[in-house]
Amino acid sequence: MLQIHQLHKSYPIGDSSLHVLKGIDLSVEEGEMVAIMGSSGSGKSTLLNIIGMLDEADSGEYILDGLTIKDLTEKKAAVYRNKFLGFIFQSFNLINYKTALENVALPLYYQGMKRKERLELAMFHLEKVGLAEWSHHLPKELSGGQKQRVAIARALAANPKLLLADEPTGALDTKTSHEIMAFIQHLNDEGKTILMVTHEEDIANMCKRIIRLRDGVIMEDTKVNQVRAEQYV
Amino acid sequence: MFRFLFERDTWQEVLDSLKKNKLRSVLTMVGVWWGILLLIGLLGSARGLENSFNRLFGDFATNSVFIWGQRTSKPFQGFQEGRGVQLSLTDAKKIEENVEGIEFVLPRNQRQVSATRNFQTGSFQMVGDYPLLDKLQKKNLLNGRFLNENDIKDNKKVVAISEDVYKQLFEKDENAIGQYIEINDINFKVIGVFEISNVRMGPSQDMHIPFTTYQQIYNQGDRIGWLMITGKPGFDIKQIEVDSKLLLKNLNTIHPDDNRAFGSFNLGKEFAKLTGFLIGMQFLTWFVGVATLIAGVFAIGNILLIAVRERTKEIGVRRALGATPFEIKRQIVVEAVFITLVAGILGIISGGWILIALDHFFGQGDDAALVNASVSIAVVFIALVILVILGTLIGLIPAFKATSVKPIEALREE
Repeated sequence: MLQIHQLHKSYPIGDSSLHVLKGIDLSVEEGEMVAIMGSSGSGKSTLLNIIGMLDEADSGEYILDGLTIKDLTEKKAAVYRNKFLGFIFQSFNLINYKTALENVALPLYYQGMKRKERLELAMFHLEKVGLAEWSHHLPKELSGGQKQRVAIARALAANPKLLLADEPTGALDTKTSHEIMAFIQHLNDEGKTILMVTHEEDIANMCKRIIRLRDGVIMEDTKVNQVRAEQYV
Repeated sequence: MFRFLFERDTWQEVLDSLKKNKLRSVLTMVGVWWGILLLIGLLGSARGLENSFNRLFGDFATNSVFIWGQRTSKPFQGFQEGRGVQLSLTDAKKIEENVEGIEFVLPRNQRQVSATRNFQTGSFQMVGDYPLLDKLQKKNLLNGRFLNENDIKDNKKVVAISEDVYKQLFEKDENAIGQYIEINDINFKVIGVFEISNVRMGPSQDMHIPFTTYQQIYNQGDRIGWLMITGKPGFDIKQIEVDSKLLLKNLNTIHPDDNRAFGSFNLGKEFAKLTGFLIGMQFLTWFVGVATLIAGVFAIGNILLIAVRERTKEIGVRRALGATPFEIKRQIVVEAVFITLVAGILGIISGGWILIALDHFFGQGDDAALVNASVSIAVVFIALVILVILGTLIGLIPAFKATSVKPIEALREE
């Protein structure tokens, strides 16, 4: 599904540069649910951004579903993001003047899908996250958990190969976090490959595999016994 | 490439983002709206003023100078100063033959007469004229005709009267044509009634009789009262005046530097002052209007730029969801053009209202300050096209700004 070899990335800071990723090797199989952990500055977000094609590595190899991701133009990156990836952000990043339904339909719009079709498909995904009756509400009329569910529906809308979540529960209280995690686990049960960045131990334990980063290298890569989130809900 | 313009989604996106930022959109539009409103209002007023001048002078050969004899102020070749100067038909002929750039020379005689019909009498200015006058100083005839060559040839006792004369000598709705009026005890047949001109040069001219008839009745011989000289288009009427006067001095044995021997009124010179003023005003109008418009377009660019900064995160999200930079740019440019276009059209419409209001308050009646204050459709259309082009160009600045930020940086912004 996903292979990374010797990935390096540094950011220029004034005259010097900050070496953030110092040779990452990583392989993720289809259907895995991986948590990337690490203290701030460990490079976990940078890694996720490179995987998400929001950022580009300085050197190293990145193969997604057999496709080498290299020398991306902005346009190509946009197309790949749209086709292969679904994003879930800590701060939801819904477009605040669009209704829940329109937010979910947005990736489909950029795929060039017809309005009627894409609204139908968006509605299907909203139903899946249990927000059908909230479809015509603006994000500000939704609770944090609901917003994240809309965001998940949006990430799923284009049927991506890989779901990338950057601290998906970071802005939520414990109870809502568990609800969202239960939901993400369901998606994983259905076969979606999921990669998430988190710094919460209990959230990480709800994944199937934990990768710990420190100072730009992988310190530890362990399979864990998944803690089901339902039991807390 | 332009298919997206006909897709509902494009416009949905534009309307959504404009609706979301109502105040911003409205403020932006006010700039352009005001610019085009001002442009149309000013251009229309300038045109109205021009039209009203044209209406005043339209019937008049403006490239003209009037010359009459006065008294000499310098002794010359044995003549004392203070000698009366009398123009003659020979003078007129010589001028026509010798001065460069002459179109017509029209000799005229004028005197005060009393006219009587039945028991009504009035005192009027009567002029002996050639039919040519009608060409230089268009007479708008209410009835009948003006003088013609036959009248001149046969010294006919016919007269064209102004509506003033008609009102004083005739009953209301009476047909004056073919009737006789008595002018200084001689009967004249009325052949035409003309409207009084808006512009009056010198004393009013109430009645016109054939030049030759005048000569005969008043024993004028060769003498004439004054000359009206019209220059050909493209010739400087001021030079013609100088040349004519010099020739006249020569013919009448007057000192070449005697500036008081002839009196004159140079209509061309006066008119040039007016047209110069009009041209200046038009230039000012365009300058102010276009400058305001450009300021308005820059306001759009400025506000869009701020808007793009505000929306950095939204743009980042859109790009994470798969929007290509081109799609983002296109969106922003379409927004810019849409705002400019709508504001421009609103400006044109309200500019039209302004012109209607101007016409209502200042454009009515014969002595209106602004006649038919209007702007040609072509000008409006060109202004709109320029607006759209400027809108596109100015929209490109924030558009490029928006996509120059990497999506990751855009998303990181809190």
